[in-house]
Amino acid sequence: MLSLFTQYLPEPLAIVLTALVCAGLVVSFMGVSALMFIWAERKISARMQDRLGPTRTGKFGLLQSLADGIKLITKEDFAPDGADRVLFRAAPYLAFCAAFAGFIALPFGSGVAVQSLSIGAFFMLAVLSSEVFGVMLAGYASGSKWALFGGMREAAQVVSYEVPRSICVLVPICIAGTLNLTTIGQQQIGGFWNWYVFHDPFTFVAFLIFFIVATASCKRAPFDLAEAESELVAGFHTEYSGIRWSYFFMAEYGSMFAMSGLAAMLFLGGWHTGVLPYEPTEAFGSWLGVPLNACVVIGKGTLLVIVMMWMRWSLPRLRIDQVMMTCLKYFLPISCVLLLGVCVWQLYVPKAVGDGVKWVLAGGTITSFLGVTISLFRPHQHAPAGQLPGVWGK
Amino acid sequence: MSLNGVLFLIVATTVAASAVGVVTSKSIVRSAVWLLLTLIGISFVYFLLGAEFLGAAHLIVYVGGTLVLVVFGVMLTAGGPFTTLANRRWEWAVGVAIATLLFGILVAASLQLGANTPSPIGDMPGTGALGLAFLGVPDPASKVGTSYLLPFEIVSVHLLVVLIGAAYLARAKKRAKPND
Repeated sequence: MLSLFTQYLPEPLAIVLTALVCAGLVVSFMGVSALMFIWAERKISARMQDRLGPTRTGKFGLLQSLADGIKLITKEDFAPDGADRVLFRAAPYLAFCAAFAGFIALPFGSGVAVQSLSIGAFFMLAVLSSEVFGVMLAGYASGSKWALFGGMREAAQVVSYEVPRSICVLVPICIAGTLNLTTIGQQQIGGFWNWYVFHDPFTFVAFLIFFIVATASCKRAPFDLAEAESELVAGFHTEYSGIRWSYFFMAEYGSMFAMSGLAAMLFLGGWHTGVLPYEPTEAFGSWLGVPLNACVVIGKGTLLVIVMMWMRWSLPRLRIDQVMMTCLKYFLPISCVLLLGVCVWQLYVPKAVGDGVKWVLAGGTITSFLGVTISLFRPHQHAPAGQLPGVWGK
Repeated sequence: MSLNGVLFLIVATTVAASAVGVVTSKSIVRSAVWLLLTLIGISFVYFLLGAEFLGAAHLIVYVGGTLVLVVFGVMLTAGGPFTTLANRRWEWAVGVAIATLLFGILVAASLQLGANTPSPIGDMPGTGALGLAFLGVPDPASKVGTSYLLPFEIVSVHLLVVLIGAAYLARAKKRAKPND
């Protein structure tokens, strides 16, 4: 894109223009994906609770988030009396900036990244972990005890979950030998059995642990202690309303997608479909390949975000001591063992055994995935009146 | 002025202004927020220089770690006598004098070094070269390598001892309470 602009403009202006276009793309992606994710969350939760969810606004209630957005913009921008007004107003932007900066290093295809940093994975971890600062400031500056409790829980939770998260990221990086997310994506070219998640048993478990820990560090249920509405009203955003409140949610959904994208890059083959044995941009040209790559990355990210929603509406919320115990007593030792295990595997396991394990893991996962998918299309069981179908009938 | 110069000017002004803000603001949390701006600005300077690893490490250690701990500590002790800072006039005078002196020494030292115009940066070495150099794997070109692994291990074990010691001290105090 830079070379395109330098044809018409002097170089400094072209760089500034490129930066503005990239920033605009990322902000609009975050905004639109947040709208769609909120709609999806309401529909999914409705489905799981045997309700319909939003239906009145547009087809399937698709315009519900837009209507909510208009409502939020027109609401009064209000700060409570006891609040530290400057910090209260600045906190949502801080949280949003952190989630936004995470997208700088996330590639949406081969060479399609805002900036292909040589330390992309490390940069994303660094930036996404500073989102906690906005939440803590919101909790402190609100001048309300519920918000303060929420902010403190968030700080304790995120700072502890950062450790297993970073160690789990190290596991595929030990295999890749680089922190550059674009290179890591390129290494997983070909069939899905080349994805790092199937490389050995340690990466397979590391993916699961990373996903759970990422859910916790995005403060999603069952780890949403910072906004536990049954105990803390709404936690850190109790005092927020209107557009500032929605910035927090754009940041939350943005960082959910950024974490899912990072997981897709590190474990799930990045922009590779898993069935094409070549690089799409090279085989189809960039006009067809780049959109395909972007669709694959967004598809994998969205799939993981939907799994996060599925977890949120299936599992009950943990207590704060259980959250801390899960991290420090289970995830931290498990991730240390995984890191050691993957190093030993790389050094001592012969290639034949490694390939065999890879095939077993990939084959087993894909078979169970297909099995579950096929079982969804079985005809409904009909029970006689007054009885429940399936296992309940016996 | 080049784009890099303009960007540096903006970042440096932000860093300097927020550093003044750290000292002059009355509330501890506000100064922590000013410190946040300063530290983020410094990591931007590293990114401008092309030292991406250093910039990201700066962010993760200072912003993600130290500052969160500072604000966390303030939140836990909020309401105490230390949330607002009131400096006396002579304290200001001493502080300003020491700061001016330090600034003068730094300016004099950097002027003595002369205008250092490094050659234009080509491809920056990645983290791989950095890690290999750290472990003492010899550079293929010059065949020399110094291992920093042992000093690093000694320092880490030292820090671990301090950490365990601090935890032990905090524990002992807590245990003594019910006996009183």
